[in-house]
Amino acid sequence: MMTSAPQSFREASARLRVQGLLDAGSFTEWLGPARRITSPHLAALDAPVSFDDGVVVGQGLLEAQLVVVIAQEGLFNGGAVGEVHGAKIRGALLRAIEVRARAVLLCVDSGGVRLHEANAGLIAISEIMRALFAAQAAGIPVIALVGGTCGAFGGMGIVARLCDALLISEEGRLGLSGPEVIETVKGVEEFDSRDRALVWRITGGKIRRTLGEATLLLDDDIAAFRAAAAKEMMGSKTMGDSPRQRGLSPDALQTLEAAQRHLEARAALDPGIRDGQQVWQHMGLGEEVALMDPAEFNRCLEARER
Amino acid sequence: METLHLELPSLQDDTLSPQTLLHGVVSSGNLEVLVEPGPDAARCVFEVQTAAHGFSEVWQAVLCDFASRHPVGGLTFSIHDAGATPAVVSLRLDQAYQSLRTS
Amino acid sequence: MSMSKKALLDRLFPAGHEVIEAGQVLCGWGQTAAGRVHVIGTTEHAAIDTRIALALSAAVLRGVADDGNQPRPIVFIADTQGQALSRREELLGLNGYFAHLARCVNLARSAGHRLVTLIDGEAVSGGFLAFGLLADVIVALPGAEVRVMDLRAMARITRIPYERLTELAGFSPVFAPGADNYWRMGGIHALWTGTEDWAAQLQALLQGSHEDERARLGAERGGRKLAASVAQEVLHGHG
Repeated sequence: MMTSAPQSFREASARLRVQGLLDAGSFTEWLGPARRITSPHLAALDAPVSFDDGVVVGQGLLEAQLVVVIAQEGLFNGGAVGEVHGAKIRGALLRAIEVRARAVLLCVDSGGVRLHEANAGLIAISEIMRALFAAQAAGIPVIALVGGTCGAFGGMGIVARLCDALLISEEGRLGLSGPEVIETVKGVEEFDSRDRALVWRITGGKIRRTLGEATLLLDDDIAAFRAAAAKEMMGSKTMGDSPRQRGLSPDALQTLEAAQRHLEARAALDPGIRDGQQVWQHMGLGEEVALMDPAEFNRCLEARER
Repeated sequence: METLHLELPSLQDDTLSPQTLLHGVVSSGNLEVLVEPGPDAARCVFEVQTAAHGFSEVWQAVLCDFASRHPVGGLTFSIHDAGATPAVVSLRLDQAYQSLRTS
Repeated sequence: MSMSKKALLDRLFPAGHEVIEAGQVLCGWGQTAAGRVHVIGTTEHAAIDTRIALALSAAVLRGVADDGNQPRPIVFIADTQGQALSRREELLGLNGYFAHLARCVNLARSAGHRLVTLIDGEAVSGGFLAFGLLADVIVALPGAEVRVMDLRAMARITRIPYERLTELAGFSPVFAPGADNYWRMGGIHALWTGTEDWAAQLQALLQGSHEDERARLGAERGGRKLAASVAQEVLHGHG
């Protein structure tokens, strides 16, 4: 078997991620950069615009199956969602239903709402949530891939968790409010955003996977994301608390009731626990956690979850 | 934002496939360049939108150098710049050209 | 319960209501001319944390389970300053709790419950996204403040002068706080005034479409001209 050097998911641009995730040459972009649908709101504030407004959407093949791909560019305005950017994501989710896609791959790399057009961004994220529910109701799984420089925060942190599966790298980060925001408002004693190890122990892939907020921990390698997404697509595994809502399936209520109990139990963790390290200690896991590679770590958690 | 429009003579490479291609990202100190077929085989067109004001002479020098080093006649390069240095501009344009050749 | 919330409930449900407030969470029912509706919400500009999110999702799930085949409308009262900012809450995965709440709200919609949000007080960012903004119809009551971020904080972060932002806010609804801005963008369906008959107006909203029409509304009202057309182009375009 041919093996090639890993290509970092984190360092790749949104376009390179799309290329690396799909079967070679299979990607067709919708409303691509040549159409120049840029943000009028950034322009009004004399801020730089991008030809694709920071998100690539289109369709292609994954293991010969038709999929819709959405990839946010974290380096453009922190992957933040504005009017055009959000409308492209919403349109792509709805088109997945039209083309009967086998799955949607949603590469989230975003701090949330774009402040330059904050109201438009907030409404857009709500519209993305509605469109995501519609895709799921049509039986199309949405798979979140989190491993970019911005992680998945703000409204996009919520969107990522609405997905049927959430794949995250060790370097990937997932949360609601970024550490900088918490530090600014609540002070450095609450959250020291410059303590990178602490930030990783709160928001990083390993602790997210530990708590069940992510489905699978991956190496920072596009091929690893591709393989895991293909496996998810084939229905090997779905998130426990994410029912496919085809109308109101009889078990949808029970599934969410079970998720409610699960989340209540987590919230009841000793109030003194404020660090991922304490969570691992509480589970009886020691220093070895930091050293385990993603495959080992997934196996370790799966054994405990059984 | 400041905008620049420049048309420069350049050789044409018939082996380049006529396609559009986006390279680079608009982030601080960086730029994106969209390459498309242009109107005139003997010239290349540059459309630049830049956040850094008052550098048109530097842009001209960097773009002239690029158009003389590579056969890019018949192409349009549209650039969104967020304050890239001349070295970064050259590098991104060279990379875009290389991508054109290999794709 | 605060006087203002009690007055609001009296005005919405003159035929009677029974709503309990516990830990900034409202839960109960109100009587309309068309029958009882669920009332679920937050008070005192609550910062939504895992506890509040769980109380809200539990209330929604209970409503869905109790009603069975006869789903009654749910009236959400939104009054939130946004999400709780805390390291512990982030560690627990607050975004996951919000996602769970959003799923519960969507389950209620799928089960046939009409969803109406009334913004009374504040509606800010993540706290608003998790439930209020997901309703079929969203109404701002007089004095409601809707925003992501105030202009001074925005000026600091974007490094655009505050004066410039206030000037631009006069022309564009897209970034400045204000329920009227959200109305123009289609994110809020109606702005009620103090002199209207709220009970009658609420009753008129208890039937209607479940479709997400906000982008189209934003285009019609001129505050969000691209959202609908861009989504349509992606949906039906050829490249």
